[in-house]
Order: sequence, then structure tokens, then C-alpha cells
Amino acid sequence: MNFVALRMLTGDRAKYFGLVFAIAFCTFLLENQTSIFANILRRTASQILDVTDAEVWVMDPKTEYWEQTKALKDTDLTRVRGVPGVGWAVRLFKGNPVARTSTGKFAASFLIGLDDATLAGAPRKMLMGSWERLREPDSVVIDKAGYVLLFPNEPLQLDRTLEMNDHLVRIVGISDASAPFASLPVMHTRYSEAVGFVGRERTQLSFLIARPAPGVTPQELTARIQEQTGLRARTTREFMWDCVRYYLRNTGIPVNFGITIAVALVVGTVVAGQAFYLFTVENLKQFGALKAVGVTNVRLTGMILLQALSVGALGFAVGTGMAATFFEVMLHKLATRHIVLMWQCVGLTAACILFVVIVASILSIRRVLVLEPAEVFR
Amino acid sequence: MTGAATENGLAVSCQGVRKHFGEGNTRIEALRGVDFNARFGELSFLVGPSGCGKTTLISVVAGLLDRTGGDLAVLGQRMDDLSDKDRVLFRRKNLGFVFQQYNLLPALTAAENVAVPLLAADVPRREAVDRSKELLSQLGLRNRVDAVPSTLSGGQQQRVALARALVHGPRLVVCDEPTAALDHASGKAVMELLTANAVRPDRAVIVVTHDTRVFQYAQSIAHMDDGQIVDVTRPNGSSADSSLEHVAGTGPADLHPRPKEAVS
Repeated sequence: MNFVALRMLTGDRAKYFGLVFAIAFCTFLLENQTSIFANILRRTASQILDVTDAEVWVMDPKTEYWEQTKALKDTDLTRVRGVPGVGWAVRLFKGNPVARTSTGKFAASFLIGLDDATLAGAPRKMLMGSWERLREPDSVVIDKAGYVLLFPNEPLQLDRTLEMNDHLVRIVGISDASAPFASLPVMHTRYSEAVGFVGRERTQLSFLIARPAPGVTPQELTARIQEQTGLRARTTREFMWDCVRYYLRNTGIPVNFGITIAVALVVGTVVAGQAFYLFTVENLKQFGALKAVGVTNVRLTGMILLQALSVGALGFAVGTGMAATFFEVMLHKLATRHIVLMWQCVGLTAACILFVVIVASILSIRRVLVLEPAEVFR
Repeated sequence: MTGAATENGLAVSCQGVRKHFGEGNTRIEALRGVDFNARFGELSFLVGPSGCGKTTLISVVAGLLDRTGGDLAVLGQRMDDLSDKDRVLFRRKNLGFVFQQYNLLPALTAAENVAVPLLAADVPRREAVDRSKELLSQLGLRNRVDAVPSTLSGGQQQRVALARALVHGPRLVVCDEPTAALDHASGKAVMELLTANAVRPDRAVIVVTHDTRVFQYAQSIAHMDDGQIVDVTRPNGSSADSSLEHVAGTGPADLHPRPKEAVS
């Protein structure tokens, strides 16, 4: 009877395509909104995730997220290096100087100072130039989006100059650093240079980044550092979630996106669920005829589930294709770079669609099971 | 089991069958103690005005509705003895249906529609469709086996419905107004096909109809009114059903219902 179920489903093309589109639309909305939301939140920790050398971050005990730093003492580096299990630990500076071009265009920026000796903490992907050139005096590597912001409509070109805090600095590389939460240029330089590019404070050390020695897990190391130094130590992943949670707690982003996602969920699921339910209700006479000729309730239940799962799978596939196309075509711009369709969001949406389809199926099955087969005579 | 029913040549035996819908002020007595028999090898008509209970009676006989009183045996089987599931299986194996509005599945071809009872009984699809095509050919639809219902005339659709009712070899065929939506010629053709293909010594056919044009095909005509059988006539001149011998005035020419009280 499976082919009968599928032919009933696809027989009325208008209803069938309406049903597929309703589920596809719901899928697209959910995947689109949840992915954008998740990607925006991920941006709050972009510069943390860009550091792939280190697995442990050490900071002031009161630091809650990336943007919020209170300088450590230079001696803290020595204290951390003295904790058993530390493979290596180096300094990392974060400041927000204003960078100005020769034409007068300027922008506040994220300036990250890397350890002078090792350059540990630099993002891996370079579009032009090389990290080694950071060893030249007064040099910075800028991300592509920052370059385009400061030099709009001009080709990417090395050795252009910027002025930062009365220092003339030269661009020696263009990186593909992850987009930060705020659309500011991301610049990397050596630690010793960075502290000079930013207004002088008594202490400058923003973070320490460290890697555990072989045989020591990042979690073990963070616990030891906290116990022995009193500083806050987090693994990269923990620090990323600290940032995400901070923004969730302290900004309107989750409320705004939450409302949009909730509306997408409710509208999408109601439309999709109702469409399938109405499809079954409109076919009650046919189901009644099948009951009359001796098709069992178990078989009818199987037929409805097959219809629901088939249309759900097709609608989900179409919707996911639409969402993937949207992210591929619409979000390949600098402002929306690195915003991708996340597999977690696809999985979550699949679960939602499955839930909707099952609920709609249960309601539909109920209508068919309580249907008196004698209805076919009326 | 009431084996006696089949030994008596009765495919259907109703004794004092009652059925009501609703309760209290909304209670409607649809069947008020119906005595009705249908014999094997006969085309039994059930006639009467709208709302008299004909459709309710065949729904009860076919196991599509539960009765609220009386005795009922279909093909020798007391329906009370069957569970819901067994009743469905009994219906699948032994009953065929022809509906007024055909109730064909619009997405299936004529042959596939006919094959539905076979598919429900787990006959492989290819075999089921082949058998259906063969039967449709016998019913004069050889060239329309792959047509969908919307491209068939009313008469052709009813022939497809008739084939669907017969394809699995049921012993009881129940038809609800099979000619009501057809013109005279189509209605006559359907009744002739029904007579030629459905009436067998081991099979009974019950037809609910208003259509006096087709009364000539009946071996017995039970007249219903207000939830009761008020008269049974046998147009071919044979005697009335033994269980209804108390009903007088059942001569072959007497096709008009009379109240039971008036004829006793």
C-alpha cells in the first residue's frame, strides 16, 4: 500500500507542492535565523578562536569576556610559567588604537600584540605578505575587511602606511582574520610594538596564552594556574563560551533574534503542520474508502506516516538547499564573511521539522482512526 | 457462528436489528428492529425514501457500523463474535463495495484503483494490477485501464468501482445507489454488468437504490420506511423470503411499499 500512499500524496500537484513549499519555507527560516544568530554570537569570540597555538588563556580574575580586559602585571607571566604542566606561556596584548590613513580616513581597531620571539597567537591564513615580516620595525598585519574599510575601492597592496598614536606603521601583510563582533579592522603586530602604538598605561599585559606540557590537559592546567596564581585561567573553548554568554546576558541580541526565531518556528511549524493536517482531512473520504475495503488502522497509520515523512524529508531538503544557496550567494561579502550555515542549526531544524511532521501525523492519524468507514456512504 | 444461516441459503440474516445515534433529546432511532435477509445467488434490493435507514442498515450489515440491538449474521458469521481487527479482515476478504460517488482514488489509474483490495490483502503489486486489468477488460474497459478517474465518464467510473468490488472474489457485494449518478443507459449497463458478474450461487448482492428504472434486475425488493422493513416483494414471481412470510402482498408486480400494519 506504500505506493498508494505516495500516489495519494503526489496526485494533487498543487496541494503537494504547497505542502513541500510550506515545510521548505519553515526549514529555510529556521536554518537561516538560527545560523545567523549563532554566527553573530560566535563573532564575539572570533579573536580567541583565531589563536590556534595556545589552548589556555590567563587573565585578570574579574575578566568576563574578550572585550573586557584589565592589564596583568609583567611578573604574572613568570608566575604562570612556573606552574607545573605549563609547556609554554607567552604574552598577548589587546588594545583599541585609532588607525588613520594618509587621506585622513580613520577607524578604531583591534590591535593584537603577539609574542616578539614566537609570534604565537597569530591567525594562520594570510592573503598577502607573511607573518615573518612582522619582525620589521613599525609593521602591522591587517585583515582584509579592515583594509577595505580604511582604503575603500583600492586594490590590496602591501607597504601602505597608517598612523597610530603618532607612530607611522607599515602594512606588511593582509590576513583573513575572523570577523570581530564589531566591524573594526583587526591588526596584528609584535607585543613590543603594540604597547607603543597604544597610549601608555602603567601595565599593558592583556592576556597570557599558554599551552600545556605533554600529558597535561588544558582543563588540568587551568585549574592549576588558578590555584597557584589567583589569576583566571580558561581553555579556549571555555573562554569562547564566556564571551557568548556575556553577550547573551548583557545585550538585546538574544531577545531580538529569539523573537525572530520563535516567530519563524511558530509560523513555519503552524503553516507546515496545518498544511499536512488539512491534506489528510481533505482526503478523509479516500481514507474512509480504504477502511471500508478492509485496510487496517495499522496500515493506514503507516501510510500517513510515510506520507508525512516523505513530504517532510523533501521539504527539509529543499529548504536546506535554499538556505545553503542563500548563505553561499548572499553572504559572500566582507561584512558578512564567515557567516555560514552551521551543521548544528541544520540538525536543530531537522529535529523541529521531524517534531512538526510527527505532531501533524498524530493529529491526522487520529482523524483517520476515529473516522467511521460508514462515512463513505454519506 | 450461525452456520444455519448459510445452510438456509442466507448470506445475510438480520433479526430485530436496532441502531440509534446520539442520546437523550438528540437520540435518533435509525433502525427499529429490522428483519432482513439476503439470499445467495440473488440480487436483493433495499428501497425506501431518503432517511428511512437503508444506508444505516447496509453499513451495519457490512460491519462498518455497530448495531445497538438484534441479531446479525453475515455469511454465517455472527458479527458479535469478531474483534474490531477481525471484522476488518472479514470485510477485506468477504465484502465488496460499490458507492454512489464511486470513491475512486483520484491519483491512481483505473487498474490501480481496482487493485486496492488485493493490495490491502498483501497481493504483490504487479500481480494485483494484472488481475485488475483482466477484470476491467471483462467489464469493457480494456482501453481505459491506465486512465485516471477524472478522465473517465460516470458510467466508466462506476464500472471501475464495480471491478474494485469484485476483484478479490467477495461473497457479499454491497452497492449504495450505484446508478444514482448515472444516466439511464449507463445505469442500465452497470446493472447488467453487476448481474452478469456479481450474481453467483455462492455470492449475494445487496443494492440500495431509489432508481425504479433498475428494479427489473432485482430478485427481491425489501421496502424500508422509518427504520423498518415494511414489505418484501419478489418481482420474479417466487415466494417471499421464509423469514418474512408474515408480510403479505409481495406479488411480483407489487413494487410499492405498504406499512406492515396495513398488509397484515
